[in-house]
Amino acid sequence: MPLDKDTVKTIAFLARIKVPDAELEGLAKELSGIIGWVEQLNAVDTNGVEPMTSVAEMSLIKRKDEVTDGNCRERVLANAPEMEMGCFAVPKVIE
Amino acid sequence: MGALTDLTIAKAAAGLAAGDFTAVELTEAHLRAMEAARGLNAFITETPDIARERAKASDARRAAGQAKGPMDGIPVAIKDLFCTEGVLTTAGSHILDGFKPTYESTVSANLRDAGAVMLGKTNLDEYAMGSGNVTSYYGPVISPWKATDGKDRVPGGSSGGSAAAVAARLALGATGTDTGGSIRQPGSYCGIAGLKPTYGRCSRWGIIAYASSLDQAGPMARTVEDVAIMLKAMAGHDPKDSTSAPIAVPDFRAALTGDIRGLRIGIPTEYRVDGMPAEIEALWQRGMGWLKAAGAEPVEVSLPHTQYALATYYIIAPAEASSNLARYDGVRYGLRVPGDSLDAMYEATRGAGFGAETRRRILMGTYVLSAGYYDAYYRKAQQVRALIAGDFRQAFTKVDALLMPTAPSAAFAIGENTEDPIAMYLNDVFTVPVSLAGLPGMSVPSGLSAEGLPLGLQIVGKPFDEETVLRVAGVLETAAGVTAKPAFGGEG
Repeated sequence: MPLDKDTVKTIAFLARIKVPDAELEGLAKELSGIIGWVEQLNAVDTNGVEPMTSVAEMSLIKRKDEVTDGNCRERVLANAPEMEMGCFAVPKVIE
Repeated sequence: MGALTDLTIAKAAAGLAAGDFTAVELTEAHLRAMEAARGLNAFITETPDIARERAKASDARRAAGQAKGPMDGIPVAIKDLFCTEGVLTTAGSHILDGFKPTYESTVSANLRDAGAVMLGKTNLDEYAMGSGNVTSYYGPVISPWKATDGKDRVPGGSSGGSAAAVAARLALGATGTDTGGSIRQPGSYCGIAGLKPTYGRCSRWGIIAYASSLDQAGPMARTVEDVAIMLKAMAGHDPKDSTSAPIAVPDFRAALTGDIRGLRIGIPTEYRVDGMPAEIEALWQRGMGWLKAAGAEPVEVSLPHTQYALATYYIIAPAEASSNLARYDGVRYGLRVPGDSLDAMYEATRGAGFGAETRRRILMGTYVLSAGYYDAYYRKAQQVRALIAGDFRQAFTKVDALLMPTAPSAAFAIGENTEDPIAMYLNDVFTVPVSLAGLPGMSVPSGLSAEGLPLGLQIVGKPFDEETVLRVAGVLETAAGVTAKPAFGGEG
């Protein structure tokens, strides 16, 4: 199904990526092209086929439910663009 | 003896053991080569201080009789998708500006612990999304090979910097990652050997994620034996990656017996795609002939869902990418572009930080996962993926390994395939199905195109049977006997 400008604008917001209005048209065309191309899968009969969610034929390994690290606040914050009082700082969320 | 940079890992290890030269001398030779080759743009970050320090430590270990094995003192390059402690790690993206991880990826830590010397971090397509190393924020990598038309070629992608560095004699080996062909295709384009191991063979911990159900790290080097040596040092179970396989790591080098008598080699009929250049078809035929002459038995097999692999991949990989790349939000690391609200800050940061191809894939992934479309696209792709994996399972009841071309052509010129994203995606037509099935696949230099560019053949094996893949690859390498070297770096 072809995507229009508004759909691209909506998914760009869902993905939290600012897309200049001037680029919406071109993107809609590109994405429509790719979507149209992947729709060739509709020709494949997948009735009763279990979706493949992992290639590893093994059950997920569980570790013990215990603390394995901690006390590393400085390392966690080392790359923060902005921080205050030992926390990540973000624009004001609550008035 | 020729230049130290022209050695293989195996010969360098022997030379170090025999005391013919030191790890410091070997490293200095490579640092000089790296500096002289800056025009190729193979490295995003050079780490000469770390290299010298590790080389010195290696020599000290050896002097004390505590050398660790064949990787001790070997200069290698690390794809800039592996987190390296205290060293800028970019994934080829603007959005990771200034990111210096406070931890080391398991694979690069394994190499470090085996004594390997890190020379620097190699260039790549942004977030490993590309087939030409042209989407990097840090600019394209130029292949050290020159075609007869004189135009600069891409090294392939996404591990293009790693492939170019190894081919141009700037490093004896390099790490790559492969999601849909990103080790094998640049290996083919640059005339080196590259192995994508079975999904789960190498830990993904500390590797910046693109598509988690597909991503796998692997070695790139100039010979099959070197790839075997490097893989042993990189692989192994890691409790920090829940998909890492809890199985023993064999001595891959010991698998290179040269004896493939009686092995059944599958030739998948569906890989004879329309429009495949005659020279690729001819190379494939020659490869079959070589293996047959060595005592293997070619067997025609069918992988009926092959034609749907690329479309399947371009739903699953972008979907996983859109989820994985949600973490780049300007809060915890990398670029932040200010905004009036939290949402505005996210949007501005991600709008400025991601390049065109990454943005395209995130949007594509967001769309196919969005309400109302999930079943039509994502679930459908997962079902077709099951059929593709089933094709391989079926084929492997009849054969021990598969042989096919690595890529449908030699390296294309820089600037080609950029107008239409799908034209670029088609470069991975022979590598993507193997990735979807999670199987080990390896590209081996097998010949040259009419334009004088390298061409590779691909060997694919059963899950966790890298040993057979390497054994067949070794025979192919010997029979092909490719001696051509790239224009840049090949002068020894």
